[in-house]
Amino acid sequence: MADKVTIVAHSGDMDKLYSALIIANGALSMGAEASICGTFGGLERLKKGGLEKGPLSKMHMLGLGKWMIRRRMRKQNVASLERMIQDFKELGGKILACDMTMDIMGISAEDLRQDLIEEYCSVGTYWMEARGSGVTLFI
Amino acid sequence: MTEIKVDVNEAACPLGEIRVDCKGQTCPVPLVETRKALRRAKPGDIVIVTGTHPSSMKEIPMAVEALGLELVSVEGVERDWTIRIRR
Repeated sequence: MADKVTIVAHSGDMDKLYSALIIANGALSMGAEASICGTFGGLERLKKGGLEKGPLSKMHMLGLGKWMIRRRMRKQNVASLERMIQDFKELGGKILACDMTMDIMGISAEDLRQDLIEEYCSVGTYWMEARGSGVTLFI
Repeated sequence: MTEIKVDVNEAACPLGEIRVDCKGQTCPVPLVETRKALRRAKPGDIVIVTGTHPSSMKEIPMAVEALGLELVSVEGVERDWTIRIRR
């Protein structure tokens, strides 16, 4: 099986997006390939200005929980999602956008960060990525 | 003022050194910055990474192995280390 990870970024929660990008960037740093397929909440985060807007998956508490976690993250010098996604692209990672989600949610390509997205596609492309990957994750 | 430039690509200067300071950075930045520097490096160049993130001290050598490069040295302690890699 190829040294590659394919991740479905289904959740738009901030902490889950961190997990997806940290794993993907770790894999790329180790010399593997990585693809992230954005769908539903994950695709929402690929909208212009949307990357850092996700809530916490637990204990969001109308934004108070997120504010507290972000404060702690800054203190620990955790990189921003924007920096992580730029690193992901620089190391050759691929971002795929699910076009069915775009239709359902009324998102046009102009609404999305086209600088980040490699391809607009659906499950067939995901499958072609995933079938050759040693690791696949649904986050 | 005259600026002195060193061209590390010239045959007269066989070894280039790329320094990556990851002190104070946490996961996954030291690993990612190491990989970015190795991509920029030319074959034979030495990449010197310094950091304070404990796990990266053992994970950067794992990446070096996975990438098939040469680990020159690992020095220091978990919270203050220097790793040298030959591209």
